[in-house]
Amino acid sequence: MGATGIAADDIMGIRFLLNGKPRDVVTSPTTTLLDWLREEAGLCGTKEGCNEGDCGACTIMVSRPGPDGRMEHRALNACILFMPQLQGAAVRTVEGIAGPDGTLHPVQEAMIAHHASQCGFCTPGFVVSMAVAHANGVRADDDTLAGNLCRCTGYAPIIRAAEAAAGAPVPEWMTVDAGALTTPGGGGKPVAGAFLPGSEDELAAWYAGNPGATLVAGATDVGLWVTKQLRRIGPLAFVAGAADMRYIRIEGGEVHVGAASTLSDLHAFMAGQHPDFAELIRRYGSVQVRNAATIGGNIANGSPIGDGPPALIALGATLHLRHGDRRRSLPLEDFFLDYGVQDRAPGELVTGLSFPLQPDRLRCYKLSKRFDQDISAVCGAFNLEIEGDEVTEARIAFGGMAATPRRAVATEAALRGAPWSDETIRRAQAALEEDFAPISDMRASAAYRREAARGMLTRLYAETRLGTGFTRILEVQP
Amino acid sequence: MNAPERPASARPAGDTRPLHKALPHDAAPLHVTGAARYVDDIPTPAGTLHLAFGLSTIARGDIARMDLAPVLSAPGVVDVLTALDLPAANDVSPAAHDEPLLSDGRVHYHGQALFLVIADSHLAARRAARLAGIAYDEAPPVLTIDEALAAGAFIEEPREWTKGDADDAIAAAPRRVQGRIEIGGQEHFYLEGQAALALPQEGGDMHVISSTQHPTEIQHKVAEALGLPMAAVRVEVRRMGGGFGGKESQGNALAVACAVAARATGRPCKMRYDRDDDMVITGKRHDFRIDYRAGFDAEGRILGVIFEQFARCGWSQDLSPAIADRAMLHADNAYDLPAARIVSHRLRTNTASATAFRGFGGPQGILGMERVIDHIAADLGRDPLKVRQRNYYPNHTAPRRGLTPYHMEVQDSVIDEITEELAESARYAERRAAIAAWNAQNPILKRGIALTPVKFGISFTLSHLNQAGALVHVYQDGSIHLNHGGTEMGQGLFLKVAQVAADVFGQPLEAVKITATDTAKVPNTSATAASSGSDLNGMAAHAACVAIRDRLVGFLAQEHQCDPSAIRFRDGRVAVDGQDLSFPEVIDRAYRARISLSATGFYRTPDLEWDRLRGHGRPFYYFAYGAAVSEVVIDTLTGENRILRADLLHDVGRSLNPALDIGQLEGGFVQGAGWLTTEELVWDGAGRLRTHAPSTYKIPACGDRPGVFNVALWKKGRARARTIHRSKAVGEPPLMLGISVFLALSQAVAACGDGTRYPALDAPATPERVLWAVRRMREGRA
Repeated sequence: MGATGIAADDIMGIRFLLNGKPRDVVTSPTTTLLDWLREEAGLCGTKEGCNEGDCGACTIMVSRPGPDGRMEHRALNACILFMPQLQGAAVRTVEGIAGPDGTLHPVQEAMIAHHASQCGFCTPGFVVSMAVAHANGVRADDDTLAGNLCRCTGYAPIIRAAEAAAGAPVPEWMTVDAGALTTPGGGGKPVAGAFLPGSEDELAAWYAGNPGATLVAGATDVGLWVTKQLRRIGPLAFVAGAADMRYIRIEGGEVHVGAASTLSDLHAFMAGQHPDFAELIRRYGSVQVRNAATIGGNIANGSPIGDGPPALIALGATLHLRHGDRRRSLPLEDFFLDYGVQDRAPGELVTGLSFPLQPDRLRCYKLSKRFDQDISAVCGAFNLEIEGDEVTEARIAFGGMAATPRRAVATEAALRGAPWSDETIRRAQAALEEDFAPISDMRASAAYRREAARGMLTRLYAETRLGTGFTRILEVQP
Repeated sequence: MNAPERPASARPAGDTRPLHKALPHDAAPLHVTGAARYVDDIPTPAGTLHLAFGLSTIARGDIARMDLAPVLSAPGVVDVLTALDLPAANDVSPAAHDEPLLSDGRVHYHGQALFLVIADSHLAARRAARLAGIAYDEAPPVLTIDEALAAGAFIEEPREWTKGDADDAIAAAPRRVQGRIEIGGQEHFYLEGQAALALPQEGGDMHVISSTQHPTEIQHKVAEALGLPMAAVRVEVRRMGGGFGGKESQGNALAVACAVAARATGRPCKMRYDRDDDMVITGKRHDFRIDYRAGFDAEGRILGVIFEQFARCGWSQDLSPAIADRAMLHADNAYDLPAARIVSHRLRTNTASATAFRGFGGPQGILGMERVIDHIAADLGRDPLKVRQRNYYPNHTAPRRGLTPYHMEVQDSVIDEITEELAESARYAERRAAIAAWNAQNPILKRGIALTPVKFGISFTLSHLNQAGALVHVYQDGSIHLNHGGTEMGQGLFLKVAQVAADVFGQPLEAVKITATDTAKVPNTSATAASSGSDLNGMAAHAACVAIRDRLVGFLAQEHQCDPSAIRFRDGRVAVDGQDLSFPEVIDRAYRARISLSATGFYRTPDLEWDRLRGHGRPFYYFAYGAAVSEVVIDTLTGENRILRADLLHDVGRSLNPALDIGQLEGGFVQGAGWLTTEELVWDGAGRLRTHAPSTYKIPACGDRPGVFNVALWKKGRARARTIHRSKAVGEPPLMLGISVFLALSQAVAACGDGTRYPALDAPATPERVLWAVRRMREGRA
């Protein structure tokens, strides 16, 4: 029971479109869409593979008007999607990917023709991911499908199917939901069981009065509190309704990012500004995760292994917080105090961040056992200004090297004002030892983390020199 | 991406014969629409209850006190069972009677089932299962191979097989290498977790629907647990969402739990593991340590080898003896070893009981041998491919036969031919030279290439398991109902067998109705395992269909007063002495003439004779052969690595369905590559598995498949043994083609040195292991 007497087991009414038909559903705010589909709606095509958003077997399509008013079709993981997050949205499950008369979608036809299902359990998730990309005209198959795991096929026939279906027109039934969508919205009124704010102001006022509440943005982390830790959480506020918190704009020489911006939003923006950051975002979450997760959540949860903070710290980001009507800002690196401890008062929320508009010098190196959708053993972000042969400024931050994302202060000092040379890199590498004392865990040993972080400096240097050959493994062609 | 050589799905116009065609999976239309039902999708009767195990939180010790009151009083809980509440046998082991369903007071591993919660929802059961107050008398767990050796903890006696005198041969050899390789295990990560549903019947009978590769064993264990004869228990399996060996024995606990809970409550009971629970509770591929010594000549011809294999079996026996045997049986891989000694230690540890996983010990045995070849080549400074070819078993056409270390003649080797073709099509020599040049220009990244062969023995090594049954009905309307003892886990077995059945009647595939595996239709089945599914069940179904067809021929010959040889079933019709009849017409007439239109079929593999204790005889009916070339690139600053290209060439004999077989090749290769690269199981010092979810245990993702992936069936392939339509088993062998990736990584690491040292890479080759190997090469600490 939370402070206001609203508990997660309370029920609330949700209205959304399911496979083209309106549904009014009364449910607990922490019921996941997956459980509701399978246990209440009798739609068992959507599968539970992991119940934590890592395998994609439960992928469904969620559509709603985006900030520019156009329909956004997003692939999301139903296993960590709470029902209130669907308020006013259109949902299509695998049962709704074929036409109402049973006509198969082009990706379904292609999956059959190319022998792309074996056991078939992951197949519904693949079909939905492919159908969403198809509807959006996206052709990056490896990226589209990075969040869908298959254990049988080795993926090759699935890619062949995606390629074969790419040219087919989008079936009309995939677009009809736009017409039928109404937007009931929360409008700031507490629905029994959870708060659905319509704006940042409403959220800030409510949160200040309910400081014990949990804010749910994309639920890619909070979802696991429910599905894995079996925690009862509440009261809850669902941030996504506060549309004015989702923006990325350039203003006064700064980039301003609203806390409710998704990682997909940030990914699209960074592709033009800081491509290494965009590539980092591409790798650290699948499409389904990037479509749900917000940058505010990525920072506020304070994870020592989140990949967003090191890059943002290296860009010189400032974090903006708000408690009721009181606002304050601080350098992002100062927000992370210790493992699981952040400089955030109860009832205070992250509203966004900003960083200086700058020429792209950012280099990000993410190190994990698997390239795509894996948590970093070490993530290093480097932002060096080099004039002539001298390092004039250095901002460096690491994830995975300490209990929080942290700046490499001694390393920066070793570089700042020094000639850009082998000798300086060696000194900077030695300084890493002062900055960090990493731990050993299931991802990597402490010794390896230290060695790999030193290697990142070697690579940084090599990438500015000629004659060092290839430096990035993903750029090598067969 | 290069399009691999692949047969089209479309059949030639007018050709309705289903055999040897690249037909799509029979359930594909259901898969892609979400209509394919798995256990958890089956609508359950009202009042169905849901189960969860309470799990131990220590790895070894005794339960001092178990307070289940908080569990019982949790919302939605109907009952809680402990070992004392069970009606009959408390055992879910496949053979050794050493695995209690619920702890008998002892705790053998972290994650062992202690009690069983019965609740009105899956979530309520999971929540309640965490509420018990349990006090333990803890004992120090035995976790690693070294700890088990020190403690003398074994699941059975060591085995030792010999051919010639390996010690003498090595001592007399001009050159010698010795070394050790540590090989990690592997989580199955079938996408559908373990699941079962028990539906209590009148008179105490039980109907169980299970996600299992072994329905008969489920039937057996449920019967034992309920104190019923097997005839009172019926087990049904339509499909699994992946198995890979992980559902050969690991489904027993859920099915038995459902059955005893259904008996206790009188209500249907369903159980499925949450993914994390599944990974913690169930067994995985065995991790191995293999020590080796080899003697050879200057050309790389091996004169003698000694392997000492150490298998970490976990807390109970499960299938470990047979798995460790198969590792020994594959210690030679494709090489004719003049003298060999293979010793196998089966270690008992306080970890989940390691179990069957695609390859069943074969992959570890083969990797040990391939490591030896790689090491010898490094010692001689030769291309490892030359060393491989120098040691291959003689071709089946050669006058001399090779002899395995277990004294079986190798009569069917084609590995030399496959290797030659593949090296040519993949341009191995040319690329190896180009890679050396590229490496000279690139100090940070290094490439490597390797070609490795696979020879895999086909048959259950427990010889009596090599039997299968089928049941075929032809109904009055001419529709054909097909049933057999094999299970469908995605491999397309049901389709292959249906192709065989349709062909006997000359009918199109659509005439054959594929039905769920059911112990009430075909009894005493063996697990669908050991790659044997289509070999055994295809033959059994063929026999059943032929029995019916022979009756039809007899009837028609009499009715038409013609010679039986004048009757043909083909192209969907029946030709009788010049007349053209439809199949339903023939069936209708046969029915009216009171001809039996139902038959069973049975098959047992011939010519097997095996003494597992001595390591002597013929355990296998035949061998499957294949080879792969993999090219990789590593980052010497971090150890990150990636597969650039893979070329596969594999002998499936005369393929029953080339599309399905290619699917096994592609999928098996990627799964094998995952085992040896990104898939790392990590236990902590308390015996807790730290990698128990896909967030921490990384199977290959889409982008991890080779960028260029050329996969082909060997065109000359024909089974020399009398298999079903001369096809060959394909389920497991391609997994071991992934070993080429590991050896290519070894080559890339070796490129960091001056050629005087050997990388001695361990598996899985995570970035960390690769980086340390690179450092050893660069610092001269090989």
